[in-house]
Amino acid sequence: MELNDLLKHTSEWLKGTGPNADIVISSRIRLARNLSGYSFPHWASKKQGEEIFGKIAKAKESISLLKRSTVFRLADLDSTDKHFLVERHLMSHEHAQKKNSHAVIIDDEEVISIMINEEDHLRIQLMQSGFNLFEAWGIVNKLDDELGKALNFAFLSEWGYLTACPTNAGTGMRGSVMLHLPALVMTRQINRVMAAIAKLSFTTRGLYGEGTQAMGNFFQVSNQVSLGQSEDEIIGNINGLIRQIVDQEGQAREVLLTHNRTILEDRVNRSFGILKNARIISSQETIDLLSMLRLGCDLGMIKEINRSGLNELFITTQPAHIQKIENKKLSSDERDIKRAEIIRNSLKI
Amino acid sequence: MLCNICGKNPATVHLTEIVDDQMNELHLCEGCARQKSVQMEQKFGLSDLLAGMVDFEKKTPQSETQVLKCPKCKLTYGDFKKIGRLGCGSCYTAFSAYLAPLLRKIHGSGKHLGKSPFKASKPTKKSTGMAELRQKLAKAVGEEAFEEAAKLRDQIKAAEQKQSSKEK
Repeated sequence: MELNDLLKHTSEWLKGTGPNADIVISSRIRLARNLSGYSFPHWASKKQGEEIFGKIAKAKESISLLKRSTVFRLADLDSTDKHFLVERHLMSHEHAQKKNSHAVIIDDEEVISIMINEEDHLRIQLMQSGFNLFEAWGIVNKLDDELGKALNFAFLSEWGYLTACPTNAGTGMRGSVMLHLPALVMTRQINRVMAAIAKLSFTTRGLYGEGTQAMGNFFQVSNQVSLGQSEDEIIGNINGLIRQIVDQEGQAREVLLTHNRTILEDRVNRSFGILKNARIISSQETIDLLSMLRLGCDLGMIKEINRSGLNELFITTQPAHIQKIENKKLSSDERDIKRAEIIRNSLKI
Repeated sequence: MLCNICGKNPATVHLTEIVDDQMNELHLCEGCARQKSVQMEQKFGLSDLLAGMVDFEKKTPQSETQVLKCPKCKLTYGDFKKIGRLGCGSCYTAFSAYLAPLLRKIHGSGKHLGKSPFKASKPTKKSTGMAELRQKLAKAVGEEAFEEAAKLRDQIKAAEQKQSSKEK
């Protein structure tokens, strides 16, 4: 697979399918693993880094779940390519700054991605559309079993899988669910919900992971604790919590529909109007407006466009995607013009 | 709207900052926002947070922990305190006396209950009804029954303590 082939299909997490897909965008599980006998990436020598990369790349060949996957070395990618992968949630922002022995394995369906030599030797990620954590765990668990046979993971029975940062030790697992919560934001209940989440030792982040602001009413909720609970328990806990949040968002949407229908319709249709007509638009404004339009779709107010088409726009309007589509570097101002054009073309009815 | 810092370029990044319980909204241009985020990272990185937690355990004189060294990768405990990352798997054994309380503090427990690479995918042992308690807690918080939630939280803590003392 070539990197540009990814442009031709929709990322798994944006398919808009799966349980509760109106509120839950995607479910993701990542496992942190390290090879026994080697220093962690930040402390490893260049030579060690290469050896680690070689071992993992070789192991990949014997893994059935990675039959249809490609290894991309970061040294071979330019900065647009790297950001393109970040925007598709196939690697982290931190990883994109690296080169040398840093790499990422991506399967053709964009369901599995494995960052090599990020903070840990392996960061195995599994992505599913909608509210699907248990299914994601089922697949990533199998993949981890296979990898564990081919590679010797650093592990202590007392502390589980050993990771560069002790905050990830134990299961090495982080489950995250991306939620679209416009009604909780509009009814000003979101802060209470966030406070409750924090009380339960879960974290909330923005669309692009650690350190990012919530944009367009999108929130990522994930577990903080990785030691002292089994994987099933961790997933069960996130699942229980997400179910509550989904219910609350659903109720808030009902309240808005019953008591503020006209205001809601006004905001949805204004957003639609701007998106269909703008000639210059920033990515922030795009996400905010697309969020409202998506809500309108979910509530049946906008019938002309479907959810998956709309989801596609969330990603094709990101900076690196615009440049990939245009196949050239563009300044921020040039991108704002191009973005407006992409949106207009996509929303033409 | 113009950028709050340079006042020249249009603000495209909107930040909410909380300093001493005071909420500030900042509207910045791309350039100033980038600078600001570097500043914030410097001020408040994860390694600082971890280092802060480590410093809490000042039972041994600084000098002793500074020179404590992992025999495999040569990272010292002092290095770990500075960068917030361990050097290799063996560091966990080399620094176990200091890491045990730290792990307990971070995770609320110091015992791995998940899967193992040696016995792949065997059904993991359930801890004594803990999952159920945690589910109840999630539900209570979801319903904003905070008193009930506090009770459940205490129950979970007590059960965890009981479990860890049993393991000793």
